[in-house]
Amino acid sequence: MLHWKKYRPIDWALVAIAVFMPFLPLVDHNGGHINVLVNAGIYMMLAIGLNIVVGFAGLLDLGYAAFFAIGSYTYAMVASPQFGLHFSFWPMVLISAFVAAIFGVILGAPTLRLRGDYLAIVTLGFGEIVPQTFLNLAKYTGGPNGISAIDQPKLFGYHFGLNPLPYYYLVLVLIAFSLIVANNLRTSRLGRAWMAIREDEIAAAHMGINTTTAKLAAFSLGASFSGLSGVVNASLLTLVSPDQFKFNVSITVLSMLVLGGMGSLPGVVVGSALLSILNFFILPQASNLAATVGLHIDFTSYRFMLYGIILVAVMLFKPEGLWGSEQRRAELKESDITKAENAEYEEMPRETV
Amino acid sequence: MELFIQQVINGLSLGGIYALIALGYTMVYGIIELINFAHGDVYTLGSFFSIAIIGLLDASGRLHGVPLLLVLAVALAGSMILCGIVGVLLERLAYRRLRNAPRLAPLITAIGASFILENIMQLWRGPSPIPFPSVVPNVTWHFGGVNLSSNEVLVVVMALFLMAVLQIFIYNTRLGKAMRATAQDRDAAQLMGININMTIALTFFIGSALAGVGGFVSGIYYGSTWFYNGFEAGLKAFTAAVLGGIGNVAGAMLGGFVIGMVESLTAGFISDQWATVAVFLLLVLVLIFRPSGLLGEVLPDKV
Repeated sequence: MLHWKKYRPIDWALVAIAVFMPFLPLVDHNGGHINVLVNAGIYMMLAIGLNIVVGFAGLLDLGYAAFFAIGSYTYAMVASPQFGLHFSFWPMVLISAFVAAIFGVILGAPTLRLRGDYLAIVTLGFGEIVPQTFLNLAKYTGGPNGISAIDQPKLFGYHFGLNPLPYYYLVLVLIAFSLIVANNLRTSRLGRAWMAIREDEIAAAHMGINTTTAKLAAFSLGASFSGLSGVVNASLLTLVSPDQFKFNVSITVLSMLVLGGMGSLPGVVVGSALLSILNFFILPQASNLAATVGLHIDFTSYRFMLYGIILVAVMLFKPEGLWGSEQRRAELKESDITKAENAEYEEMPRETV
Repeated sequence: MELFIQQVINGLSLGGIYALIALGYTMVYGIIELINFAHGDVYTLGSFFSIAIIGLLDASGRLHGVPLLLVLAVALAGSMILCGIVGVLLERLAYRRLRNAPRLAPLITAIGASFILENIMQLWRGPSPIPFPSVVPNVTWHFGGVNLSSNEVLVVVMALFLMAVLQIFIYNTRLGKAMRATAQDRDAAQLMGININMTIALTFFIGSALAGVGGFVSGIYYGSTWFYNGFEAGLKAFTAAVLGGIGNVAGAMLGGFVIGMVESLTAGFISDQWATVAVFLLLVLVLIFRPSGLLGEVLPDKV
């Protein structure tokens, strides 16, 4: 049910932008812009997927790019001259998502009983192993050169080719689909189980939630979104190589979540849109602007400085993010009781050791 | 056999560097249960500071006048103090406010802090590798087909010496006792009159200063460094800390040497490309089968 009063003008602005997006190419005929938007869209899909793991279930996954790599390579291997296979794009979207999900289970099953911060490091290690393995298995993956001349999708006899426009609509449809799926998951029984685990895992287990199954579901569902984005990415670039899936991809997506608000779907959309605008428009423009006044600073090479500042500043001052949910805010801020206790301690007389 | 002994020697010196970094991870995790993600970058900063200090002394033409040992001592001490200060600042600015927040929050700020430090180093010295001034004469001894260099001996001796000092500090001084008490139960320690904030800051100072030593000796050992050096080294050192049993000083040392060995033996007998994969695979396996590490105690989850 819709509660009209709950919506702020800024919510309506977001809806208006979303409604306008399909008509944008009618106004903006610049292929470069459309191409940038497609890339931004792929990141948005990644962010929606990572949000299931980090935002809904509260599991910090620092190796998310690994599943992106697995999805990309799965499609690249069966739809390129590499092995002479040319499977169709559409079933491969589902199959690659499924393969990524299986790898999510393989990694998740043994590691999910670990405490949260250990999980972060294991996933980080996994994120390092996967691209390195693709690099080392040169016989199958083309090593550092990767796999090129990947097939592009065909729809009812229409070739996508190198024109970004069909990809634009494909990504829009996939984002809409992902948002609907993620929103349904959030309000489902499983989604509520995730929320309980996120808030207090021990209490959740005592309430009869099978925490391992629920966490595993989050992990593999998140991975499947990443695999799906990987297929789109591989066919768009017609090239995959190990250096596309480094740690910085995982961190970019995580920064998007943190900025917008972990666990909040509008937050994820806003966060990923803002960072993409920054990445693809503002930083290159700033470098150009600096060049015209004679300063040769490449601002784009310092984008990770900006991500670092975002991660620190948001966590310190607005942990629920720009568009976070009330609930997450309550969880992430220290409770008033703890605060009062601390204040009491601070006032106590003490001798130095 | 010769290859094996050679790789063991390489592994020990690699391991000495990992061990020095791992000590910082393990001390900080022991006291506030935070994976200080930026610690690897503090280690790189150690190399940067050492290079800067040696360069400064060299540029002013005093390097030829004063004994080499004095120059190195000043560089080492400077790097330790500066890294220690960076560590304390990190704790004060990025972590202290979040001490009572859910564990996800300080971990994310730690990742952010790591990226900020890396970029500061990139701004400072650019993105390419920076040579470490070759002021230390490197003597190599040959035993049959096995080579042993003085730098390798330096790394291992330095690591063992500092671990011994740290062990004595933690178990035989008042401040060490305060650190152990804070690690065990922060609230109770506070009630006993221990200044918690000071103790945690001290822990960060010592851990980061040790990373500074690591940066100094790794600079001498490898002969160069770059701003992104600390990411992988930090990850491997963290693996070492976990392998040894996080929170355990002797464990961090043992873990460091084991990781160094695994890396160099894989590189020697399988292939260079798989060395990193082997280390991370070991991390995953340890966390799955023995999350408390080799020397760590098994602790129940805190409710």
